[in-house]
Amino acid sequence: MKNIKNFLEKAGWPRVIIALFLLALFVIAPFVEVRVDASISDTLVRFGMNGVMVLAMVPMIQSGCGLNFGLPLGIIAGLLGAVTSIEIGIPGVLGILIAMAVAVPIAVILGWAYGLLLNRVKGGEMMIATYVGFSSVAFMCIMWLVLPYKSSNMVWGYAGKGLRTTISVEGFWHQAISDIGSFQIGDFFYCPTGMFLFFGLMCLGMWLFLKTKTGTAMTTVGSNPEYARSSGVNIDNMRTISVILSTVLGAIGIIIYEQSFGFVQLYMGPFYMAFPAVSAILIGGASVHKATIMNVIIGTILFQGILTMTPSVINSMIQTDMSEVIRIIVSNGMILYALTRVMRVKKS
Amino acid sequence: MEGVGKSYYGNRVLKNVNLTLEKGEILGLVGENGAGKSTLMNILFGMTVIRDTGGYEGKVYIDGKEANFSNPFDALDEGIGMVHQEFSLIPGFTVAENVVLNREPMKYNPLVEAFGERLSTIDRPEISRRGKDAVAKLNVVMDPETLISELPVGHKQFTEIAREIDKKKTRLLVLDEPTAVLTESEADILLKAMKRLAGMGISIIFISHRLHEIIEVCDKIVVLRDGEIVEETTPDKTDVMDIASHMVGRSVADAFQRDEAPREEGETILSVQHLWVDMPGELVRDVSLEIRRGEIFGIGGLAGQGKLGIANGVMGMFPAGGKVFFEGEPVPLNHPRESLRTGMAAVFEDRRGVGLLLEEPISWNIIFTALQMQDKFLKPLMGGLFRIRDEKAIAEEARSYIKSLEIRCVDENQPVQELSGGNQQKICLAKAFATHPKLLFVAEPTRGIDVGAKRVVLETLKEYNRRRGTTVVMISSELEELRSICDRIAIINEGTVAGIRPASAPSTEFGLLMLGEVDAKAEVESR
Repeated sequence: MKNIKNFLEKAGWPRVIIALFLLALFVIAPFVEVRVDASISDTLVRFGMNGVMVLAMVPMIQSGCGLNFGLPLGIIAGLLGAVTSIEIGIPGVLGILIAMAVAVPIAVILGWAYGLLLNRVKGGEMMIATYVGFSSVAFMCIMWLVLPYKSSNMVWGYAGKGLRTTISVEGFWHQAISDIGSFQIGDFFYCPTGMFLFFGLMCLGMWLFLKTKTGTAMTTVGSNPEYARSSGVNIDNMRTISVILSTVLGAIGIIIYEQSFGFVQLYMGPFYMAFPAVSAILIGGASVHKATIMNVIIGTILFQGILTMTPSVINSMIQTDMSEVIRIIVSNGMILYALTRVMRVKKS
Repeated sequence: MEGVGKSYYGNRVLKNVNLTLEKGEILGLVGENGAGKSTLMNILFGMTVIRDTGGYEGKVYIDGKEANFSNPFDALDEGIGMVHQEFSLIPGFTVAENVVLNREPMKYNPLVEAFGERLSTIDRPEISRRGKDAVAKLNVVMDPETLISELPVGHKQFTEIAREIDKKKTRLLVLDEPTAVLTESEADILLKAMKRLAGMGISIIFISHRLHEIIEVCDKIVVLRDGEIVEETTPDKTDVMDIASHMVGRSVADAFQRDEAPREEGETILSVQHLWVDMPGELVRDVSLEIRRGEIFGIGGLAGQGKLGIANGVMGMFPAGGKVFFEGEPVPLNHPRESLRTGMAAVFEDRRGVGLLLEEPISWNIIFTALQMQDKFLKPLMGGLFRIRDEKAIAEEARSYIKSLEIRCVDENQPVQELSGGNQQKICLAKAFATHPKLLFVAEPTRGIDVGAKRVVLETLKEYNRRRGTTVVMISSELEELRSICDRIAIINEGTVAGIRPASAPSTEFGLLMLGEVDAKAEVESR
């Protein structure tokens, strides 16, 4: 009894309830003719796709910059890397590495500028971050048209210039990382081992980083900036580093997402990308100034699991095609729930 | 007031206080910080904090009737007005508007019939007339139409007092250090105004640290010390010296006995020259000090005079200027990192704000500065490519401090916020010790902690000083505590050094220095 109580206290009621709900969905699934193995596979794939972007929330939360609503900035860097890689046209893992090699320096520069901006608006980071994300997306809507990409796979057919809204990576590096060591059981179950390995590697890297001198200082800045300053830590530098790190992870995250998804989504694509990531980490139990790798993993599984299962199960139950409507209700509902948690933490 | 007593959480702050005040009389209330002046006034004023912490003992009579105010509004109704140290004015309103706030004269209009009193309009000319009247009573030249935010502090103070005067019923006025923010000429005006008010039949309780003002204006003087009235006298029977000795001269010899002879003085380790520090509420104007190696140097003075600013300035926590030399090397100011690098460390007065990571475990709190500044507690990973925290070494270090400082906790992983104030203070000390400082600033190390922890803290400081030769600069409001462990004590008054005395000097002398009654110039010349 005591163990259960301890576990509940440690995990937190919201997570237990969401997990039970998710479990219930899996139990109901076979009765409404939704295949469990396909569902589990879907959940796993979505978990791998989104994991790195959720992980990108950690450094900024730890350094006290709050949730990175400006994630689209990192995503834009990733998109630039992706389209550049396709323009070059090298397939396979090498293509992805090229995409990352292009994306990371751009993310570092954008993250640095973004960090400088956030250092000027201490206390209001999250509001400013949201608009940094939105306005950068809007700006890139112009740039995607203007940038001199030529590959026929990417530009509008009738004009011969300007990038299309959706670009397929089929034939370049579709599932290049996912497929490393991946396996298929039956017709429906697919396990993207490579993507998990990559995500695991990222998590390990973040975990080690948080244990270094810089990582420790960063956590301290988030915990009590004045304490950090009195111990000789440069607060602004630490915050900037965390923002850069978050932006870089956002860039890498979107590339992983695209290689699994199969498409590069430009223009308004990154607009709402920050919200699922923010929600996932909050549902995973992180607060606005404290997050662990465990929060990332649990949160991503729960959020993506619910998002995969609810539409398909409910759709089959009520026998009409409402999957899109339900998906929107569920995902925004969870975002709403997660954001109310932000407010509560802020008050206390 | 009869036999009034009060204790906060078992910590007694007032004992059996008896006071009487006649109509039109000015009573001067003096005492050190924490002597119980504010608590006494809070009881009188019916502040809710008193009730929330268990009420008070004894009785308060007003005009022979027992008064028991459950909140400040009751007190206001009875005609008690209070002017606090902190201003409670609305910056965007004019002087007159602030004076009549919530008692605005109203004008009738038809909407009142439909919706009630709240919709009557405000009578503006009447406001400025009343504002003018109230200001005139104070005999100050001040335009009642000026915005509060544009006024100098002195005039803000006058506005507060004018507000109390404007209340028709005001019979008793409590002025809590009204002259602290005033210049001398402004203070004179205020003192004159007080006398006029007393002449009009208003009784006044005047709290001040400026003793000559008290003597000048009061009809009766009451000295509080440790929650008791130690002296009740009239100005013609006493002088500044006498009051000062009553304020500080307590019989604490047995509690903090010094057992050793004065020690030899080493060479200068820290030299502070013309330091100014812009720390809000603790402004340091011009401080020069020479701290010698191996001594325990005390810095005392009343609250808000700048003693805390010195440590914060030298350690780079607040904007500062002037010259600081440590072991002969200049220390760049405004960079905490540079100050730490020289081998200085500090335990700041704001424990929870600056001193601790409340949500983090004890071990982190202790080792963090050493880890950041001296790269301790790191172990190499992947052939030295990275270095990560050495959790084992950290735990060991933390455990050793927990043992040596008698920190009461579950283990080294317990979050600091769960500990008591005394134990938190010990952790702050441990954090500073972990860097093995050559010179250690400790600011208010015993504030808000119990007697047992106090003893451990003071003994630890002494032990580090004696055994490891750490030079200690201790800043404290408690003079007796300084006198018990320091070698020399500097008293800071109004942002400058009022004087430096060996700890064995009589406490009256320190008392006078604190109150700024010794002429600073004469002081310099006599040395």
